[in-house]
Amino acid sequence: MRGVRHYPGFLALTLVCLTVLYAPLLVVTAYSFNGSTSITQWGGFSWRWYADVFTGPESARFGLAARNSLTIAVLAATAATLIATAASLAMVRGGRFRGRTASFALINLPLMVPEIVTAVASLIFFTMVGLRTGYGTILIAHITFCIPFAYLPISARLEGIEPFFEEAARDLYASRFRAFTQVLLPLMAPGVISGWLLAFIISLDDFIITNFVKGAGMETLPTAIFGSVKQGIKPNIMAISTLMLAASAAVVTLSWLINRRGQRSP
Amino acid sequence: MAGAPGAGGGPKDAGWGPLALPLMLPTWAVIGIFLALPVLLMAVYSFLTREFRGGVEWQFSLAAYDQFFVTRGLFGDEPPSLEWTYILIFWRSLWQAALATGLCLLIGFPTAWFIATRSPRSRTVWLFLVTIPYWVNLLIRTVSLKFLIRDNGPLNEFLMGIGLTSGPLPLVNTNLAVQLGLFYSYLPFMVLPIYAAVERYNFALSEAAADLYAGRWRILWEITLPVVRPGIVAGCLLVFIPSLGAFLAPDLLGGAKNFMIGSLIDEQFKGSQGNWPFGAAVSVILMTLVMLALLIYARAQGRGRA
Amino acid sequence: MKRFGIALLPLLASPAFGEGELKVYHWFEYMPQELVDKFQAETGITVTIDTYDSNEAMLASLKAGKLGQYDVAVPGDYMVQIMAEEGLLDSFSPADLPNFGNIAPQWLDVPFDPGRKSSIPYQWGSTAFAVNRDVYQGDINTLAILFDPPDELKGRINVLDSQGEVLALGSIYLGIPQCSQDRAQLKALMDMLLAAKPHWASFGSDTAKDVLVSGDAAAGMIYNGFAAKARAEGANVEYAYPKEGFVVWMDNAVLLKDAPNRDNALKFLNFLLEPENAAAVTNYAAYTAGVTGVEPFLAEEIRTSPETNPPADAPAGSFVAVCDEATQKLYDAIWTNLKK
Repeated sequence: MRGVRHYPGFLALTLVCLTVLYAPLLVVTAYSFNGSTSITQWGGFSWRWYADVFTGPESARFGLAARNSLTIAVLAATAATLIATAASLAMVRGGRFRGRTASFALINLPLMVPEIVTAVASLIFFTMVGLRTGYGTILIAHITFCIPFAYLPISARLEGIEPFFEEAARDLYASRFRAFTQVLLPLMAPGVISGWLLAFIISLDDFIITNFVKGAGMETLPTAIFGSVKQGIKPNIMAISTLMLAASAAVVTLSWLINRRGQRSP
Repeated sequence: MAGAPGAGGGPKDAGWGPLALPLMLPTWAVIGIFLALPVLLMAVYSFLTREFRGGVEWQFSLAAYDQFFVTRGLFGDEPPSLEWTYILIFWRSLWQAALATGLCLLIGFPTAWFIATRSPRSRTVWLFLVTIPYWVNLLIRTVSLKFLIRDNGPLNEFLMGIGLTSGPLPLVNTNLAVQLGLFYSYLPFMVLPIYAAVERYNFALSEAAADLYAGRWRILWEITLPVVRPGIVAGCLLVFIPSLGAFLAPDLLGGAKNFMIGSLIDEQFKGSQGNWPFGAAVSVILMTLVMLALLIYARAQGRGRA
Repeated sequence: MKRFGIALLPLLASPAFGEGELKVYHWFEYMPQELVDKFQAETGITVTIDTYDSNEAMLASLKAGKLGQYDVAVPGDYMVQIMAEEGLLDSFSPADLPNFGNIAPQWLDVPFDPGRKSSIPYQWGSTAFAVNRDVYQGDINTLAILFDPPDELKGRINVLDSQGEVLALGSIYLGIPQCSQDRAQLKALMDMLLAAKPHWASFGSDTAKDVLVSGDAAAGMIYNGFAAKARAEGANVEYAYPKEGFVVWMDNAVLLKDAPNRDNALKFLNFLLEPENAAAVTNYAAYTAGVTGVEPFLAEEIRTSPETNPPADAPAGSFVAVCDEATQKLYDAIWTNLKK
């Protein structure tokens, strides 16, 4: 019954998709090895920009920025996914409770508001209530705008799961908690993973809002990178980007290996 | 099946009803305090008096909305008439976001489908393959894309090399480049929600239809699409709305010759104009439009079911 | 949440020992890291640098609540005046800065800060345009290159995405005073710009250098130091000092109001007035210092670069003027019209 699962041309379009996604990255990787200081003129193969990333005058700054970005992205994506999962259960499974339409509007609010408005409004608000801008305010802002990005895939997934799975579990005297963790949650997992991934890359990539709510001296990778391209992008940015790619590829490989081992063991 | 995910109410309660309010509480707290309040403040700002060079004076004024909808000529002494400038900017941005969403759907749906029909173990790897590029900063990705498509760039050299075009295809500073940039910026936002929906799809439905001699494209259109629609709608929202306010791709790839909604608002807060009430008013108008469209859609879906 | 934010901060901030801290709000890549290190070594003060990407963005974030977090900022000429009018600047007396006498005489009594009460010169330069000489070999000594370009350059011009500079250069081209309120003049300015726009390929400030190097643009409005960098990266571009005039600008280090480390800020300003240190910035940014005695410390290619040494017959440049509110509104409308 392969027929209904496979459509002619879908593989081709997937390959088009991956080509478009990865072709610019080839440029990034290639120019990280550029011997000259320009990203538009090729000056021969060189490792100098990788050395620059780790030992150059800005190595400490970019290192700290990368660490901030990654920790904030992981924390914000996790918090947003938890909040969004709870919200999906309420919205999809909760029946017609009071304030449902308003809740729907509220969840999607971070999507509606133009980023620059969120940025200025947040900074004014944080200042007004006396919250000191820094790591904490960046994290709060990121959790907030990540919620709809986590919510939409999770709820889309939950919509497709008929309630009889849980009902069957409950009929067999599983507690609500067990019915949730053992039956519903595994079924929801692909949605939750998608949501977390989206939230993660959204957080990792945010510049506009972060730039406003970060305090003095606080940097994330996007703010450090945006700052440094004022005088034109140098290959050291390309080297950092390539390292980020390598790191993500390593994470993927690792998770794949863990997955495979997990499936082998009985 | 609700159209906008989670927009319809449901019979699929399974005993969650009493928990709905506590489960919503974190969302209300976080978004309510840290976004709704600041945005409300912004909405208030749109009705205040502009302080020259940024900031507001706490004095009620409709000047921002007047500026948006009414023109009195360059020197302000002609009879008032409808101001088309900003409506045109809105229209241009809406159109561009719609095209980008269409492009993402066209490529993103087959990709999501393809991934969802892999073996469970390799699905995760494919998903990661789609998201890995997004570990690289958007600015860097956009600049690299520009490098590829410029007149003397690799794409044009390739096209001329195989004899498809005789001269360089002008792509940089065109709308097509902006579309490509938006597509590249937001593709995973289309793929991941659709994947989550298709992955759950019960292929027995398609098989049953196939047994009745329905063609496979008809099955896709009439059986599958309605079932996975929440994922598609979620994906379209996640691409369309951010595209509306995007300004990196329009600026870098489109040449920034014309204001988009995003750059127009940005200019009011960070540009030399420093007109916060007007920037707030443009945002309020944009948010109202999007929110209205969403609510009308959600209502229509709810009624359709009942 | 508040406690959480504050608890995390000390973990992430670099340790501040010795003589305390200094918080500088600065353009990125406008000060070599070696110079920051030198200041830290000389004084024991820990410097934190935060960056912005335009004068207006800095003003917006200071007004939105960041005032009081920074000691020093580096606004452009007109922005010094605006910040002073907005009450964002603190003042000092010449006695606070032992190196005050190093300021070049022509930069001492500037219109945007008469007598230098709150600011010191950082770097200055000019804004005109550069042309790729492989594409166009004709005379480029006129602003018509931008506003009424020859056929070779039509559709291949990048202009800065900056209202102040575009309108100022346009006014200079037409011989109109800046901040004019004359209807005929403003109408002429708008018509001229609208007629020129179809010949432009793009608006971009950050990308001004890259589009020249990559060949996306054959001519571009640009800052002189930026043009020098484009040339250094291999583009065959020549920077013009057009006969109608051009824009000059000066970035200035200012003492911010409510500076948390006022004394350290003064030490820093004084440090920047040391000729050797001012020259280090010039060597890095390829503009010109506003301090006397820097020549012995300048790199050879910087000292002799055509971009910073205008020909003898070049006219004088003019600063971008700060208009009053009613006039500025007209210029805002022209700009919006140009970009709608």
